[in-house]
Amino acid sequence: MAVQHKRWSILHKVLSYSVLVVFAGIALFPIWQVVNISLRPGNRLLSTVLEFIPGDATFDNYVRLFTERDFLLWMWNSALVSFAVTVTGVAFASTAGYGFSRFRFLGKKFGLLALLTTQMFPATMLLLPMYIMLINLGLINTYLGIIIVYSATALPFCVWTMKGYYDTIPVSLEEAARIDGCSSFGAFYRVILPLASPALVITALFSFMTAWSEYLVASQILQDTLLWTLPLGLKSFEATMSTEWGMYGAASLIVMVPVVILFLALSRWLVSGLTLGSVKG
Amino acid sequence: MNSLLSATEKRFGVGRQQLFIAFLVLPSFVILSGVVFYPFVYNVVLSLGNMNLNRIRDWELIGFRQYVKIFTEPGQPDFYSVFLKTIIWTGVNIVFHVALGVFLALVLNQRLKGKSVFRTVLILPWAIPQYIVALTWRGLFNYEYGAINLIITKYLNLPAVEWLRSPTEAFIACILTNVWLGFPFMMVVALGALQSIPHELYEAADIDGARWHHKLRRITLPLIRPVMVPAITLGVIWTFNNLNIVWLVSNTGEPSDNTHILVSFVFKAAFNFYSFSYASALSMIIFVILLAFTLIFLTKSRATEAAY
Repeated sequence: MAVQHKRWSILHKVLSYSVLVVFAGIALFPIWQVVNISLRPGNRLLSTVLEFIPGDATFDNYVRLFTERDFLLWMWNSALVSFAVTVTGVAFASTAGYGFSRFRFLGKKFGLLALLTTQMFPATMLLLPMYIMLINLGLINTYLGIIIVYSATALPFCVWTMKGYYDTIPVSLEEAARIDGCSSFGAFYRVILPLASPALVITALFSFMTAWSEYLVASQILQDTLLWTLPLGLKSFEATMSTEWGMYGAASLIVMVPVVILFLALSRWLVSGLTLGSVKG
Repeated sequence: MNSLLSATEKRFGVGRQQLFIAFLVLPSFVILSGVVFYPFVYNVVLSLGNMNLNRIRDWELIGFRQYVKIFTEPGQPDFYSVFLKTIIWTGVNIVFHVALGVFLALVLNQRLKGKSVFRTVLILPWAIPQYIVALTWRGLFNYEYGAINLIITKYLNLPAVEWLRSPTEAFIACILTNVWLGFPFMMVVALGALQSIPHELYEAADIDGARWHHKLRRITLPLIRPVMVPAITLGVIWTFNNLNIVWLVSNTGEPSDNTHILVSFVFKAAFNFYSFSYASALSMIIFVILLAFTLIFLTKSRATEAAY
């Protein structure tokens, strides 16, 4: 009996590890392919041989990306837009979330419900009216236009996350601060806001990623190649796949590595923020 | 709120408090009404009109004609077939996301060496920007040079698959991409839920001589349910509305608009055909479908929850 039990538990371990290895392989497969393609020399882009790392690996594609293409410009544009969206998101979500969490006011229920409902909007429902609005305001082909659209799409989720987090901070902290002579704003700004920093980080990350990784809206609003953000630039490599596939690989690796690291570092918080918000809803 | 704050309220005067609330909430209200409420209302009005590229300025209201057109005129592609595809797309994706996610979470939730490494690697598909995922998989599905056909022909000795060239295969390619991309979210959510189940329950079950499938059915699954239900609701909405993958993997619905789900179809109608009113009527229909789904799913799951 005991021997049988031990054999079973070894088999169980082997099975568990095999499942994990297989799925880790599936998860890594496309990433490995991107690395592989980015290292191929220009004349072997259309290779039909599968090698782990190409025998004649070279960093040519990376060099060409910076010297022959506007990669730095796209990166600067993306950084600018993402930064603006992040600042807007954090500023408005941190204050509005606090208001929704702590106070009663006319339209609060309606506001919260509206925030949730926006999550069910198909992308086009806001995009098309906003697009026509931007045409009428003359904001097509401007950063302001795209920053408005991105902030609008990110804001409901951010407000919701912040509200959910503020709900977990006891009100007694503000009361203590008020007794010590803080104003309402002081209690919020000096006591509660620092305590909510994990949620602020999520809000910032979410706003940043919304802007950094968005292709479709950008493709409609930013038509001038000088204004292109990274996704538009990367897509342009793909359009002429035969010749520039290697640069696509190099560019997408450079774009993805920082975001992936950030995401992994914060994934635990991201999920707790999500479930907190939705369970309470 | 409570006596203390209301006491201070009295001291500072109610007006000040209200000013503070206004300071907190008003900016966001103004912004949201500008970029959410206004577009929503505008979309409703637009769907009752006849705006398109030729009539951007001089469009007029024509009632429900766009809706009638969607349901009765067989377009290219036709609404019902796109709707059916959307249902298949959402259903298949969610089933795989949840099944794989919960299964991997169960495997990861054991005492195993190096499991944090595996956890990190398995989250990667979620961490990569979606458009990069889509473009990369499109490359992998390339008929002649894509890695997937190379594996199929060279290692499995099977004939190459016409990914992205014929409608069914292109649709399958989109689904495969999205399954790859979506299981980590469900896995992380399920893992969080599993870790919050008290260990004593399993010990008690062991003492009672329960087998593993008893424990799974009677303890694990019921206890992760409350967390999974909202996650699945979110997942359905996200998948139903996922424009990026279908649009980029199939390259705007190729071959010849046969690979569309509702949102990508609307996007095409709006931004490639410029039939603005037609597209906004379609958006309204999608929104109503999702709203109905969410309400029904959440009430139903709450009702069955009470039965436990």
